[in-house]
Amino acid sequence: MQWETVIGLEVHVQLTTAAKIFSGASTAFGAAPNTQACAVDLALPGVLPVLNKGAVERAIRFGLAIGARLNRINVFARKNYFYPDLPKGYQISQYELPIVEAGSLPIQVGEQTKTIRITRAHLEEDAGKSLHEDFHGMTGIDLNRAGTPLLEIVSEPDMRSAQEAVAYARALHTLVTWIGICDGNMQEGSFRVDANVSVRPKGSEAFGTRREIKNLNSFRFLEQAIEYEARWQIGELEDGRAIHQATVLFDPDTGETRMMRSKEEAHDYRYFPDPDLLPVKLDEDWIEAIRAELPELPQQKQARYQAELALSAYDAATLTASRATAEYFEAVLAALSPSPSPEGRGGAAKLAANWVMGDLAAALNREGLDIAQSRITPGRLAGLLRRIDDGTLSSKLAKEVFAALWAGEGDADTIIAARGLKQMSDAGELERIVDEVLAANPKSVEEYRAGKDKAFNALVGQVMKATRGRANPQQVNALLKQRLGG
Amino acid sequence: MNHTSLKQLSHLLASGQASSRELCQDYLDRIARLNPVLNAFITVDPERTLAEAEAADRLRAEGRAGALTGVPIAHKDIFCAEGWLTTCGSKMLANFVAPYDAHVIERCKAAGLPCLGKTNMDEFAMGSSNETSYFGPVRNPWALQAVPGGSSGGSAAAVAARMAPAATGTDTGGSIRQPAAFCGITGLKPTYGTVSRYGMIAFASSLDQGGPMATSAEDCALLMNVMAGFDARDSTSLERPAEDYTRDLTRPLIGLRIGLPREYFAEGLSADVARAIEAALAEFRRLGAQTVEVSLPMSRLSVPVYYVLAPAEASSNLARYDGVRYGYRAPEYTDLTDMYERTRAEGFGDEVKRRIMIGTYVLSHGYYDAYYLQAQKLRRLIAQDFAAAFQQCDVILGPTTPTTAFELGAKRADPVEMYLSDIYTIAVNLAGLPGMSLPCGFGADGRPVGLQLIGDYFSEARLLNVAHQYQQVTDWHTRLPEVK
Repeated sequence: MQWETVIGLEVHVQLTTAAKIFSGASTAFGAAPNTQACAVDLALPGVLPVLNKGAVERAIRFGLAIGARLNRINVFARKNYFYPDLPKGYQISQYELPIVEAGSLPIQVGEQTKTIRITRAHLEEDAGKSLHEDFHGMTGIDLNRAGTPLLEIVSEPDMRSAQEAVAYARALHTLVTWIGICDGNMQEGSFRVDANVSVRPKGSEAFGTRREIKNLNSFRFLEQAIEYEARWQIGELEDGRAIHQATVLFDPDTGETRMMRSKEEAHDYRYFPDPDLLPVKLDEDWIEAIRAELPELPQQKQARYQAELALSAYDAATLTASRATAEYFEAVLAALSPSPSPEGRGGAAKLAANWVMGDLAAALNREGLDIAQSRITPGRLAGLLRRIDDGTLSSKLAKEVFAALWAGEGDADTIIAARGLKQMSDAGELERIVDEVLAANPKSVEEYRAGKDKAFNALVGQVMKATRGRANPQQVNALLKQRLGG
Repeated sequence: MNHTSLKQLSHLLASGQASSRELCQDYLDRIARLNPVLNAFITVDPERTLAEAEAADRLRAEGRAGALTGVPIAHKDIFCAEGWLTTCGSKMLANFVAPYDAHVIERCKAAGLPCLGKTNMDEFAMGSSNETSYFGPVRNPWALQAVPGGSSGGSAAAVAARMAPAATGTDTGGSIRQPAAFCGITGLKPTYGTVSRYGMIAFASSLDQGGPMATSAEDCALLMNVMAGFDARDSTSLERPAEDYTRDLTRPLIGLRIGLPREYFAEGLSADVARAIEAALAEFRRLGAQTVEVSLPMSRLSVPVYYVLAPAEASSNLARYDGVRYGYRAPEYTDLTDMYERTRAEGFGDEVKRRIMIGTYVLSHGYYDAYYLQAQKLRRLIAQDFAAAFQQCDVILGPTTPTTAFELGAKRADPVEMYLSDIYTIAVNLAGLPGMSLPCGFGADGRPVGLQLIGDYFSEARLLNVAHQYQQVTDWHTRLPEVK
């Protein structure tokens, strides 16, 4: 039987507010245990939550960025359960009336574009951490993280493969960092993914029973976990066993998922509206002010790059993989403007795109740097591109100049001058060298005249060698043809 | 001195006839003498009190005294006060020293009011007789075998026995007004959101409200001026301009329309209480007020609605008492679940456990709609009843309680009968309205009868005015029990 995998994701995005969602304590990562937990975070008797407006503002930003409905009145509820790192015995979250509902996000899988629907996004507070190591027979509790603001983003079950799920998670990661509501740091837990996975016979309309894989903190684990889980479920069904709803954990060491709790063990959270917090009312003027401040979004940039710059869908998607990449690319373009290229802006854009995605990306990768940390400024890269565009540099020389730029030897023109890399423009000198090469290689000349094209290439190579690569290949071609034909 | 009002005490201090230290010492002596009998205080800390009194005296010496600087009061042990044991009447918090001040405590400190001690109360404010306190019941100064009411029974008894000139209280379903009635003092439950709940240990968040308890309406007004005020740390605190609650005290009552709810004068009201209320009404008519019958048909549902909503909120509010971070933890346990179960089984009393179980049940999957949601809908209807009544009258008047103070132990075995003792007060909390109780006579048993006034939102000054005018022509509020 042919099987289809169905995936929906729940992503916990830690918001970038300096203070917690319901208290004034700091959200900075990595402080000594319990040094960033105030009376409210400790849930001392008598303390009360006060909503951090910054968290609401970030949720609005997200809702606008995915074209969602913003609930003008949204409500915080209490999710009740006992756990030592949950100080109040309940988590404040949104349940029946979340702030964001019904949005969508386009994803790119290879050359294909697909739209993933986002059911809802709601604000909530994070719990603290239980530390099981270091305390013999005891558990340590660190409440620094308790009360950190989270936006939980829930998708529809719209993905059909691990690759689509990863593409969606990546697109979401790009978006939340792009609009500045999350630092995107997955190691520190700023972006955590739960995957709901089920399988069904291909062509079937009904969904299979799902299992939820909790807390995946890398795209690689997300892919591995979904692939393992789908294979496992198909195996169970093909062996005649039923799938039971459950929560599972992924073990990166074994690459397997294992059951954490069954549906029967699931909590009854006894949600009810939190009487300590009034319903949140969103003011239209506020929403419009946030909309006005929103940057051009990745999907908007992609469309513009394709329409105005004539870039391919793939190039457009690659250049908008992060806001920093897009900003770098646009800074290069701006430094190139007015475009020197005879092919106009599109030609310059393609040239810039190739270098940003090619040599620059490779160099950054090699050193493990982010584009914001690039050793070559957009202005200097533009300086190099200008010299390629005007024929001063051959592509081979351009690579040499790029390496020198990366090494910090100044701007492109300085490097060209210092290394004498300027493409030969003195026609007289080139003519002399061409004549010398022809004189020195009579055999090749003969072969060419006998109809062997390969011989011509050998002559071009000899000229380039003699000029140490400084000759313009087109010019060499033209001169050789003229001499040989004459 | 022990018969003295806040205003008179303030005058003594201002004129230099007494220092705050002397006043405090006087009250502390009286507490030392009477508390072994009445058990009104859980914590008394003379050293701390006297230090606060000396600070107040210094302020006065420096010419920086306010209206009540140096006048001591007592605080219900539900308010967190930095450095003070703050137990909420529970074994669960019997070792909890608050590391911070509630907003009410901050305001009292800022006004220079020394704290005489922390008063006894029903455990987590759950009770109507003060018998659920881990620290033992409070006795009614008017009849030692009777309850003082609850949950602010310690504050009520302390003021009635003049162990403090005034005290703070909290009222979730009648916890200021019912003990005020049973102990023959005056108490005000303000409009929800007027007094900050920050640092006031939560029972039922949407109903809890702090307020003053004193011997007279005028003193309640003076204490309200200190207690009330916007607090950004309580999201349900209302941002309104500051009020002077004494501003209307002297206003004549001519033309005042008093609404008498038919349902408050029906079956269940004892003859003693009915007689005293009738006599008070005659007094109000003499003062120029008119009476009009109104109806609060939904109020009969207020007890069941309350006993769904308040336990629901309480079951969640009390989840934090888990033995992990502070308070009581069972000495022995096998694992995490066992620690939770033993800690909470040993740390909470029966009434608290009963309400946690009711609340957990009504919020459970499959029952939420039938209980919690239904109760919320009825709560709105109850509030609408009052809105309709206030179309016809300025204030609503009735009994605070169906009977005078009952015997210790009389209702302990029957929770429902106990709950019904709050039948006239609970609807006010559900609607979020202000209400007060003031003494209006005595029953045949010699125990005080309380008269309840209910006003529209933010009409505290008017209620205090009505009560004050009555107290200008009656002397029930000046009567003093003889504690033997």
